[in-house]
Amino acid sequence: MLKSKDLLDIKSLEAGEIESILEASAGYKDVLRRDIKKVPTLRGRTVVILFFEPSTRTRTSFELAAKRLSCDVVNFSVPNSAVVKGETIVDTALTVEALGAETVIVRHKSSGVPHLLGRSLKASVINAGDGINEHPTQALLDAFTMKEKKGSFKGLEVAIVGDVLHSRVAKSNIYCLNKLGAKVRLIGPPTLVNESMGTDLARVYYSMEEGLRGVDVVMMLRIQMERQGGGFFPSTEEYFKLWGLNEQRLALADRDAIVMHPGPMNRGIEISSGIADGPQSVILQQVTNGLAVRMAVMHLLASGGRA
Amino acid sequence: MKLLIINGHVVDPSQGIDGLHDILIESGKIASISPKGKLKAPAKAKTIDAAGRFVIPGLVDMHVHLREPGFEHKETISTGTHAAVRGGFTSVCCMPNTSPVNDNAGITEYILKKAAQEGMCGVFPIGAVTKGQMGEELAEFGMMLEEGCVAFSDDGRPVVDSRIMRRALEYSRAFGACIISHSEDPALSLDGVMNEGLVSQSLGLVGIPRQAEETMVYRDVALAELTGGRVHIAHVSTEGSVRIIREAKTRGINVTAETCPHYFSVTEAACEGFNGNAKVNPPLRTEPDIAAIKAGLSDGTLDAIATDHAPHHRNEKQREFDQAPPGISGLETALGLTLALVREGVMDMTDLVEKMALKPSMILGLDRGTLAQGAVADITIVDADVEYDVNIDEFVSKGKNTPFAGWRLKGRAVATIVKGKVHEWEK
Repeated sequence: MLKSKDLLDIKSLEAGEIESILEASAGYKDVLRRDIKKVPTLRGRTVVILFFEPSTRTRTSFELAAKRLSCDVVNFSVPNSAVVKGETIVDTALTVEALGAETVIVRHKSSGVPHLLGRSLKASVINAGDGINEHPTQALLDAFTMKEKKGSFKGLEVAIVGDVLHSRVAKSNIYCLNKLGAKVRLIGPPTLVNESMGTDLARVYYSMEEGLRGVDVVMMLRIQMERQGGGFFPSTEEYFKLWGLNEQRLALADRDAIVMHPGPMNRGIEISSGIADGPQSVILQQVTNGLAVRMAVMHLLASGGRA
Repeated sequence: MKLLIINGHVVDPSQGIDGLHDILIESGKIASISPKGKLKAPAKAKTIDAAGRFVIPGLVDMHVHLREPGFEHKETISTGTHAAVRGGFTSVCCMPNTSPVNDNAGITEYILKKAAQEGMCGVFPIGAVTKGQMGEELAEFGMMLEEGCVAFSDDGRPVVDSRIMRRALEYSRAFGACIISHSEDPALSLDGVMNEGLVSQSLGLVGIPRQAEETMVYRDVALAELTGGRVHIAHVSTEGSVRIIREAKTRGINVTAETCPHYFSVTEAACEGFNGNAKVNPPLRTEPDIAAIKAGLSDGTLDAIATDHAPHHRNEKQREFDQAPPGISGLETALGLTLALVREGVMDMTDLVEKMALKPSMILGLDRGTLAQGAVADITIVDADVEYDVNIDEFVSKGKNTPFAGWRLKGRAVATIVKGKVHEWEK
């Protein structure tokens, strides 16, 4: 059961709500294994994908998930154009709603835009990533993948590695894993992993060797090249040398540890190719699970929280 | 035209008055002020019975944005001064970040002409420190002062170049004018939209560390020491700034400072839910900062309370938090919020009048802030007990942007008298 009409963030969800999404996702994972992967659950429902930031992967995942639920899906990609034309974002969203949108999936470079739209619209708003705030469906699909591989969150040690400071994926995961009972470690340079992030929710490590010891899950984050110019680290070479995931470092983790990455990867910068393609990697399974989780979220919200 | 205000509790620190007094006003000036019942009432005088009310020098707001010329959709000299009078202010000092910038005597003249035609209260322009507020060349202080400017500031943006700030503080000594510092290191506050801390982290918003303010407060205090110029620190928001200013004053450096009601009334938590109306620069801080600012007001480190009234059009605030312009519409809530400090014991009514009328006048060299015989009859009558909810639809200001919407406040101006002209709302 979900309490809100929207999925804006993990921060405001209760553990029970997260668990009910994961449960519903398992059902849709089964659907995705069938020959005919389309179900009539949300036939005729209008879903608008309102992306103000370029994206192929997440947009495609949402679009496919909506199509498999038999929704009518429209892509409304407006990278900055509304701003250029002087229209406020609320007006853009109201326009989309007037066209009949019942579910609006929004991505924007400014934190809080889904919350603004959630307040302004009657439609269900799903956050597909807002600024450096949250990316709730990514955290949910990550949790689903961990549950699939590890069974339970109790005592699970998860290391999140890299640019935690600017990562909405990391942030949603930190909230999600804490609510589910896992333990979170954050690893990266002090410029990208602020000590105060550790308050209550995670332990902070500046050394890969220390941070990876014994963990069950290694979640690598994409490093953005422009951070080098921002003075966050001196070079990608030094970054990979100190915080990249290579075979020796992975050997410090639990021998059954899984390796995750939200994509797109920078091979050789944050993760070695051998690991990305290796037996411990679940990176492609994350992508597949994303479909199931997004179907579950859309269905739960469309049915007033009950599936 | 004669006006008599009787039975009021007059508080006027300029004369050491704190008690029941009557005031006679003639031709827009204070004709006489005497203990209750001692004044001979002239025939045909309009009488205001201020029993149970405070009668204080008209409030002087040394930091407002009237937005005209250039941003009349946000506020005009007419609406801004109307809001001022509604809030109990009889004088406002308007910052130069208009379009065009008030960086020359021509613009100053325009503002004062408009104010004379449409303004409801005294308007005292503050000129730019540098041409176009670009931080590169000094503006024409002398000519702007002659036209009516009362101080200089690049408010809205800091004077980044320390050499230019040094020159401004030196050059202004020729006129005894003060330089008002918007203290912010823009490299340190880059992309920031609220206070840096756990709340900014939790909201995924880029933070502005308090040090972005404090390092510049320290720099400008140091430059005042170097030059012997007068620096006034605008909108102090942090505990560290209070500490630096306190220490500078102890050492005899020529520094004064102001804070704003929002910095002692509300914390960064007001930004929760991405509330654009709580976005302001410098940003709302934390409880320890509020405590330090109250202590600074109490011990005199902070000389003045100004509003930094920064009205914005409604839809400019109802948008992406990081794209919304910073600022709070403050003229109509300032007195109510400051009276809370009087009830709390942070200050008494005398301090309130000092910080909201007398000291701003002294810092800027205005002939206001006093009820002495012969002074301009700018008077505010305050009901300190009336309770009301802040209703933005009742704001006279075009700017409805306030984090205090719906707050229950106690105390407001019931009449504001500007040069002897009475504006009254409640009997």
